[in-house]
Amino acid sequence: MGMAIDRDDTQFHVLAVDDSLIDRKLIERLLKTSSFQVTAVDSGSKALEFLGLNNNDADDEEEYEQRDSNTESVSSDEDQDLGLGVNLIITDYCMPGMTGYDLLKKIKKSSSFKDIPVVIMSSENIPSRINRCLEDGAEEFFLKPVQLSDVNKLRPHLMKGRSKDIDSSHKTTSTRLITSGN
Amino acid sequence: MEVGQMQRRLVDYTKSLFMEGFLDAQFLQLQQLQDESNPDFVVEVVSLFFDDSEKLLNDLTMALDQPNVDFKKVDAHVHQLKGSSSSIGAQRVKNACIAFRSFCEEHNIDATLRCLQQVKQEYYLVKNKLETMLRLEQQIVAAGGSIPMIELGFWRTINMKGGKE
Repeated sequence: MGMAIDRDDTQFHVLAVDDSLIDRKLIERLLKTSSFQVTAVDSGSKALEFLGLNNNDADDEEEYEQRDSNTESVSSDEDQDLGLGVNLIITDYCMPGMTGYDLLKKIKKSSSFKDIPVVIMSSENIPSRINRCLEDGAEEFFLKPVQLSDVNKLRPHLMKGRSKDIDSSHKTTSTRLITSGN
Repeated sequence: MEVGQMQRRLVDYTKSLFMEGFLDAQFLQLQQLQDESNPDFVVEVVSLFFDDSEKLLNDLTMALDQPNVDFKKVDAHVHQLKGSSSSIGAQRVKNACIAFRSFCEEHNIDATLRCLQQVKQEYYLVKNKLETMLRLEQQIVAAGGSIPMIELGFWRTINMKGGKE
Protein backbone atom coordinates (compact mmCIF):
# COMPACT_ATOMS: atom_id res chain seq x y z
CA MET A 1 0.00 0.00 0.00
CA GLY A 2 3.03 2.27 -0.17
CA MET A 3 3.47 2.63 3.59
CA ALA A 4 6.36 4.77 4.72
CA ILE A 5 9.04 3.09 6.79
CA ASP A 6 9.00 4.19 10.45
CA ARG A 7 10.69 7.52 10.89
CA ASP A 8 13.86 6.33 12.57
CA ASP A 9 17.41 5.63 11.47
CA THR A 10 16.28 3.20 8.82
CA GLN A 11 14.93 6.00 6.65
CA PHE A 12 17.26 7.75 4.24
CA HIS A 13 17.35 11.52 4.41
CA VAL A 14 17.57 13.40 1.13
CA LEU A 15 18.39 17.10 0.86
CA ALA A 16 16.68 18.54 -2.22
CA VAL A 17 17.83 21.87 -3.67
CA ASP A 18 15.80 23.79 -6.28
CA ASP A 19 14.92 27.44 -6.70
CA SER A 20 11.58 26.56 -8.34
CA LEU A 21 8.76 26.13 -5.83
CA ILE A 22 6.87 23.82 -8.17
CA ASP A 23 9.88 21.61 -8.75
CA ARG A 24 10.61 21.51 -5.02
CA LYS A 25 7.09 20.35 -4.35
CA LEU A 26 7.37 17.75 -7.07
CA ILE A 27 10.72 16.33 -6.00
CA GLU A 28 9.57 16.27 -2.39
CA ARG A 29 6.49 14.24 -3.34
CA LEU A 30 8.52 11.89 -5.53
CA LEU A 31 11.02 11.29 -2.75
CA LYS A 32 8.40 10.84 -0.03
CA THR A 33 6.47 8.41 -2.23
CA SER A 34 9.67 6.38 -2.32
CA SER A 35 9.86 6.48 1.49
CA PHE A 36 12.67 8.99 1.79
CA GLN A 37 12.75 11.64 4.45
CA VAL A 38 13.10 15.00 2.70
CA THR A 39 14.43 18.46 3.45
CA ALA A 40 13.89 20.88 0.58
CA VAL A 41 15.72 24.20 0.28
CA ASP A 42 15.67 26.86 -2.41
CA SER A 43 19.36 27.62 -2.88
CA GLY A 44 22.87 26.22 -2.75
CA SER A 45 23.79 28.51 0.11
CA LYS A 46 20.79 27.32 2.15
CA ALA A 47 21.89 23.76 1.43
CA LEU A 48 25.37 24.48 2.75
CA GLU A 49 23.84 26.21 5.77
CA PHE A 50 21.69 23.16 6.45
CA LEU A 51 24.70 20.91 6.29
CA GLY A 52 26.47 23.18 8.75
CA LEU A 53 29.00 24.07 6.10
CA ASN A 54 29.71 27.76 6.21
CA ASN A 55 30.08 29.04 2.66
CA ASN A 56 33.71 29.80 3.44
CA ASP A 57 34.56 26.47 5.04
CA ALA A 58 34.23 24.69 1.74
CA ASP A 59 36.62 27.06 0.04
CA ASP A 60 40.22 25.90 0.39
CA GLU A 61 42.01 29.26 0.24
CA GLU A 62 39.75 31.13 2.63
CA GLU A 63 39.72 28.29 5.13
CA TYR A 64 43.19 29.11 6.46
CA GLU A 65 42.36 32.77 7.02
CA GLN A 66 39.06 31.94 8.68
CA ARG A 67 40.46 29.27 10.98
CA ASP A 68 41.85 31.65 13.59
CA SER A 69 38.94 34.06 13.74
CA ASN A 70 36.27 31.42 13.31
CA THR A 71 35.14 29.95 16.63
CA GLU A 72 33.38 27.05 14.89
CA SER A 73 36.05 24.50 14.13
CA VAL A 74 35.82 22.51 10.94
CA SER A 75 35.84 19.07 12.56
CA SER A 76 34.15 16.21 10.76
CA ASP A 77 32.14 14.94 13.75
CA GLU A 78 30.55 18.32 14.43
CA ASP A 79 29.73 18.82 10.79
CA GLN A 80 28.06 15.45 10.52
CA ASP A 81 25.82 16.25 13.47
CA LEU A 82 24.89 19.60 11.99
CA GLY A 83 24.20 17.92 8.66
CA LEU A 84 21.37 16.04 10.41
CA GLY A 85 22.23 12.76 8.74
CA VAL A 86 21.89 13.73 5.09
CA ASN A 87 22.40 10.64 2.97
CA LEU A 88 22.03 12.15 -0.49
CA ILE A 89 21.83 15.57 -2.08
CA ILE A 90 19.74 16.13 -5.19
CA THR A 91 20.10 19.55 -6.75
CA ASP A 92 18.89 21.53 -9.74
CA TYR A 93 21.65 22.71 -12.05
CA CYS A 94 20.34 26.16 -13.05
CA MET A 95 19.95 28.29 -9.96
CA PRO A 96 20.69 31.98 -9.42
CA GLY A 97 23.85 32.65 -7.42
CA MET A 98 25.29 29.22 -6.75
CA THR A 99 24.57 26.69 -9.49
CA GLY A 100 24.08 23.00 -8.77
CA TYR A 101 27.52 22.44 -10.23
CA ASP A 102 29.05 25.00 -7.83
CA LEU A 103 27.30 23.22 -4.97
CA LEU A 104 28.63 19.87 -6.18
CA LYS A 105 32.20 21.23 -6.19
CA LYS A 106 31.85 22.65 -2.68
CA ILE A 107 30.47 19.39 -1.32
CA LYS A 108 33.25 17.36 -2.91
CA LYS A 109 35.87 19.74 -1.49
CA SER A 110 34.52 19.31 2.02
CA SER A 111 36.26 16.65 4.08
CA SER A 112 33.06 15.98 6.02
CA PHE A 113 30.64 15.77 3.14
CA LYS A 114 32.58 14.64 0.09
CA ASP A 115 31.26 11.11 0.44
CA ILE A 116 27.61 12.12 0.31
CA PRO A 117 26.27 11.16 -3.13
CA VAL A 118 25.16 14.15 -5.18
CA VAL A 119 22.65 13.97 -8.02
CA ILE A 120 22.08 16.82 -10.47
CA MET A 121 18.81 17.64 -12.25
CA SER A 122 18.39 19.87 -15.27
CA SER A 123 15.70 20.77 -17.76
CA GLU A 124 18.34 21.14 -20.47
CA ASN A 125 19.90 18.19 -22.23
CA ILE A 126 23.44 19.49 -22.77
CA PRO A 127 25.92 16.60 -23.06
CA SER A 128 28.97 18.70 -22.10
CA ARG A 129 27.16 19.87 -18.98
CA ILE A 130 26.13 16.34 -18.07
CA ASN A 131 29.62 14.96 -18.61
CA ARG A 132 31.25 17.70 -16.58
CA CYS A 133 28.96 17.03 -13.63
CA LEU A 134 29.51 13.29 -13.77
CA GLU A 135 33.27 13.70 -14.13
CA ASP A 136 33.37 16.03 -11.15
CA GLY A 137 31.65 13.63 -8.82
CA ALA A 138 27.89 13.61 -9.44
CA GLU A 139 26.46 10.11 -9.17
CA GLU A 140 23.60 10.67 -11.57
CA PHE A 141 22.21 13.35 -13.82
CA PHE A 142 18.43 13.47 -14.21
CA LEU A 143 16.62 15.33 -16.95
CA LYS A 144 13.58 17.23 -15.77
CA PRO A 145 10.78 16.59 -15.24
CA VAL A 146 12.12 13.98 -12.86
CA GLN A 147 10.16 10.71 -12.85
CA LEU A 148 9.53 8.07 -10.22
CA SER A 149 11.75 5.75 -12.27
CA ASP A 150 14.63 8.23 -11.80
CA VAL A 151 14.09 8.36 -8.04
CA ASN A 152 14.20 4.56 -7.95
CA LYS A 153 17.78 4.79 -9.20
CA LEU A 154 18.81 6.56 -6.00
CA ARG A 155 18.52 3.67 -3.59
CA PRO A 156 21.66 1.76 -4.74
CA HIS A 157 23.79 4.88 -4.16
CA LEU A 158 22.29 5.25 -0.70
CA MET A 159 22.74 1.58 0.17
CA LYS A 160 26.43 1.92 -0.76
CA GLY A 161 26.83 4.77 1.72
CA ARG A 162 24.77 2.99 4.36
CA SER A 163 26.99 -0.10 4.46
CA LYS A 164 29.99 2.20 4.99
CA ASP A 165 28.24 3.82 7.96
CA ILE A 166 27.33 0.54 9.60
CA ASP A 167 30.33 0.58 11.89
CA SER A 168 29.85 4.19 12.93
CA SER A 169 27.20 5.88 15.04
CA HIS A 170 24.14 4.53 13.19
CA LYS A 171 22.21 1.91 15.16
CA THR A 172 20.47 0.52 12.13
CA THR A 173 21.32 -2.76 10.49
CA SER A 174 20.48 -3.90 6.99
CA THR A 175 18.21 -6.71 8.23
CA ARG A 176 16.07 -4.18 10.06
CA LEU A 177 15.75 -2.26 6.81
CA ILE A 178 14.42 -5.31 4.96
CA THR A 179 11.86 -6.45 7.54
CA SER A 180 10.37 -3.00 8.18
CA GLY A 181 9.16 -2.85 4.58
CA ASN A 182 6.34 -5.40 5.15
CA MET B 1 -26.37 13.80 -12.74
CA GLU B 2 -25.30 10.64 -10.97
CA VAL B 3 -21.72 9.90 -9.99
CA GLY B 4 -21.00 7.35 -12.74
CA GLN B 5 -22.08 9.83 -15.40
CA MET B 6 -19.98 12.58 -13.85
CA GLN B 7 -16.96 10.27 -13.76
CA ARG B 8 -17.39 9.36 -17.42
CA ARG B 9 -17.71 13.03 -18.34
CA LEU B 10 -14.51 13.80 -16.43
CA VAL B 11 -12.58 10.99 -18.10
CA ASP B 12 -13.73 12.09 -21.56
CA TYR B 13 -12.87 15.70 -20.80
CA THR B 14 -9.44 14.86 -19.43
CA LYS B 15 -8.68 12.58 -22.37
CA SER B 16 -9.59 15.36 -24.78
CA LEU B 17 -7.02 17.62 -23.11
CA PHE B 18 -4.35 15.04 -23.89
CA MET B 19 -5.55 14.47 -27.44
CA GLU B 20 -5.54 18.21 -28.15
CA GLY B 21 -2.03 18.54 -26.76
CA PHE B 22 -2.86 20.78 -23.83
CA LEU B 23 -1.45 18.20 -21.42
CA ASP B 24 1.24 15.59 -21.80
CA ALA B 25 2.39 12.48 -19.90
CA GLN B 26 3.88 14.55 -17.10
CA PHE B 27 0.36 15.45 -15.96
CA LEU B 28 -0.43 11.75 -15.65
CA GLN B 29 2.67 11.41 -13.45
CA LEU B 30 1.27 14.13 -11.17
CA GLN B 31 -2.01 12.27 -10.86
CA GLN B 32 -0.13 9.07 -10.04
CA LEU B 33 1.60 10.90 -7.17
CA GLN B 34 -1.75 11.81 -5.61
CA ASP B 35 -3.17 9.36 -3.08
CA GLU B 36 -5.24 9.18 0.11
CA SER B 37 -2.41 10.68 2.16
CA ASN B 38 -1.96 13.52 -0.37
CA PRO B 39 -5.44 13.97 -1.88
CA ASP B 40 -4.86 17.57 -2.96
CA PHE B 41 -1.48 17.18 -4.58
CA VAL B 42 -2.59 17.95 -8.12
CA VAL B 43 -4.69 20.94 -7.07
CA GLU B 44 -1.78 22.31 -5.06
CA VAL B 45 0.74 21.95 -7.86
CA VAL B 46 -1.66 23.39 -10.42
CA SER B 47 -2.38 26.37 -8.14
CA LEU B 48 1.34 26.98 -7.74
CA PHE B 49 1.65 26.88 -11.51
CA PHE B 50 -1.10 29.47 -11.93
CA ASP B 51 0.46 31.85 -9.39
CA ASP B 52 3.97 31.37 -10.77
CA SER B 53 2.92 31.80 -14.39
CA GLU B 54 0.87 34.91 -13.83
CA LYS B 55 3.78 36.57 -12.09
CA LEU B 56 6.16 35.53 -14.85
CA LEU B 57 3.82 36.77 -17.58
CA ASN B 58 3.61 40.14 -15.81
CA ASP B 59 7.39 40.28 -15.51
CA LEU B 60 7.73 39.40 -19.19
CA THR B 61 5.25 42.06 -20.24
CA MET B 62 7.20 44.68 -18.29
CA ALA B 63 10.59 43.48 -19.49
CA LEU B 64 9.53 43.63 -23.15
CA ASP B 65 7.99 47.06 -22.63
CA GLN B 66 11.34 48.68 -21.87
CA PRO B 67 13.03 51.06 -24.33
CA ASN B 68 16.15 48.87 -24.14
CA VAL B 69 15.02 45.31 -23.72
CA ASP B 70 17.24 43.15 -21.54
CA PHE B 71 16.94 39.89 -23.47
CA LYS B 72 18.96 38.01 -20.91
CA LYS B 73 16.35 38.85 -18.29
CA VAL B 74 13.53 38.00 -20.69
CA ASP B 75 15.17 34.65 -21.45
CA ALA B 76 15.56 33.92 -17.74
CA HIS B 77 11.83 34.44 -17.18
CA VAL B 78 10.90 32.30 -20.17
CA HIS B 79 13.29 29.58 -19.01
CA GLN B 80 11.49 29.55 -15.67
CA LEU B 81 8.08 29.39 -17.30
CA LYS B 82 9.25 26.63 -19.60
CA GLY B 83 10.46 24.71 -16.57
CA SER B 84 7.27 24.99 -14.57
CA SER B 85 4.98 24.26 -17.51
CA SER B 86 7.10 21.22 -18.31
CA SER B 87 6.91 20.08 -14.69
CA ILE B 88 3.12 20.04 -14.67
CA GLY B 89 2.69 18.75 -18.20
CA ALA B 90 1.30 21.92 -19.78
CA GLN B 91 2.67 20.94 -23.18
CA ARG B 92 1.46 23.79 -25.36
CA VAL B 93 2.71 26.41 -22.93
CA LYS B 94 6.06 24.64 -22.81
CA ASN B 95 6.32 24.52 -26.59
CA ALA B 96 5.44 28.20 -26.87
CA CYS B 97 8.26 28.92 -24.42
CA ILE B 98 10.75 26.95 -26.50
CA ALA B 99 9.96 29.08 -29.55
CA PHE B 100 10.10 32.19 -27.40
CA ARG B 101 13.62 31.39 -26.22
CA SER B 102 14.99 31.00 -29.71
CA PHE B 103 13.78 34.51 -30.60
CA CYS B 104 15.28 35.87 -27.37
CA GLU B 105 18.61 34.53 -28.55
CA GLU B 106 18.20 36.50 -31.76
CA HIS B 107 17.25 39.64 -29.83
CA ASN B 108 14.24 39.90 -32.10
CA ILE B 109 11.86 42.34 -30.42
CA ASP B 110 8.92 41.87 -32.81
CA ALA B 111 9.08 38.11 -32.71
CA THR B 112 9.44 38.01 -28.93
CA LEU B 113 6.41 40.27 -28.52
CA ARG B 114 4.44 37.88 -30.72
CA CYS B 115 5.74 34.96 -28.66
CA LEU B 116 4.60 36.63 -25.49
CA GLN B 117 1.09 36.89 -26.91
CA GLN B 118 1.25 33.26 -27.94
CA VAL B 119 2.41 32.10 -24.50
CA LYS B 120 -0.29 34.16 -22.80
CA GLN B 121 -2.92 32.66 -25.07
CA GLU B 122 -1.76 29.12 -24.40
CA TYR B 123 -1.54 29.78 -20.70
CA TYR B 124 -5.08 31.14 -20.41
CA LEU B 125 -6.39 28.26 -22.49
CA VAL B 126 -4.80 25.59 -20.31
CA LYS B 127 -5.75 27.47 -17.16
CA ASN B 128 -9.35 27.42 -18.26
CA LYS B 129 -9.21 23.72 -19.14
CA LEU B 130 -7.55 22.75 -15.87
CA GLU B 131 -10.03 24.78 -13.82
CA THR B 132 -12.90 23.06 -15.61
CA MET B 133 -11.34 19.66 -14.99
CA LEU B 134 -10.72 20.38 -11.31
CA ARG B 135 -14.29 21.63 -10.93
CA LEU B 136 -15.62 18.37 -12.38
CA GLU B 137 -13.42 16.47 -9.91
CA GLN B 138 -14.74 18.52 -7.00
CA GLN B 139 -18.33 17.78 -8.03
CA ILE B 140 -17.61 14.06 -8.07
CA VAL B 141 -15.95 14.12 -4.67
CA ALA B 142 -18.80 16.24 -3.25
CA ALA B 143 -21.25 13.63 -4.52
CA GLY B 144 -19.30 10.95 -2.69
CA GLY B 145 -17.54 9.51 -5.72
CA SER B 146 -13.85 8.90 -6.34
CA ILE B 147 -11.77 10.50 -9.08
CA PRO B 148 -11.15 7.98 -11.86
CA MET B 149 -7.52 7.57 -12.89
CA ILE B 150 -6.46 7.65 -16.51
CA GLU B 151 -4.15 4.74 -17.27
CA LEU B 152 -0.59 5.66 -18.24
CA GLY B 153 -1.09 3.37 -21.23
CA PHE B 154 -3.56 5.87 -22.64
CA TRP B 155 -0.72 8.32 -23.26
CA ARG B 156 1.26 5.73 -25.17
CA THR B 157 -1.66 4.99 -27.45
CA ILE B 158 -2.00 8.61 -28.55
CA ASN B 159 1.65 9.53 -28.63
CA MET B 160 4.55 7.17 -29.09
CA LYS B 161 7.11 9.79 -27.91
CA GLY B 162 8.21 9.70 -24.27
CA GLY B 163 7.25 12.45 -21.84
CA LYS B 164 10.63 14.24 -22.01
CA GLU B 165 12.13 15.91 -25.06
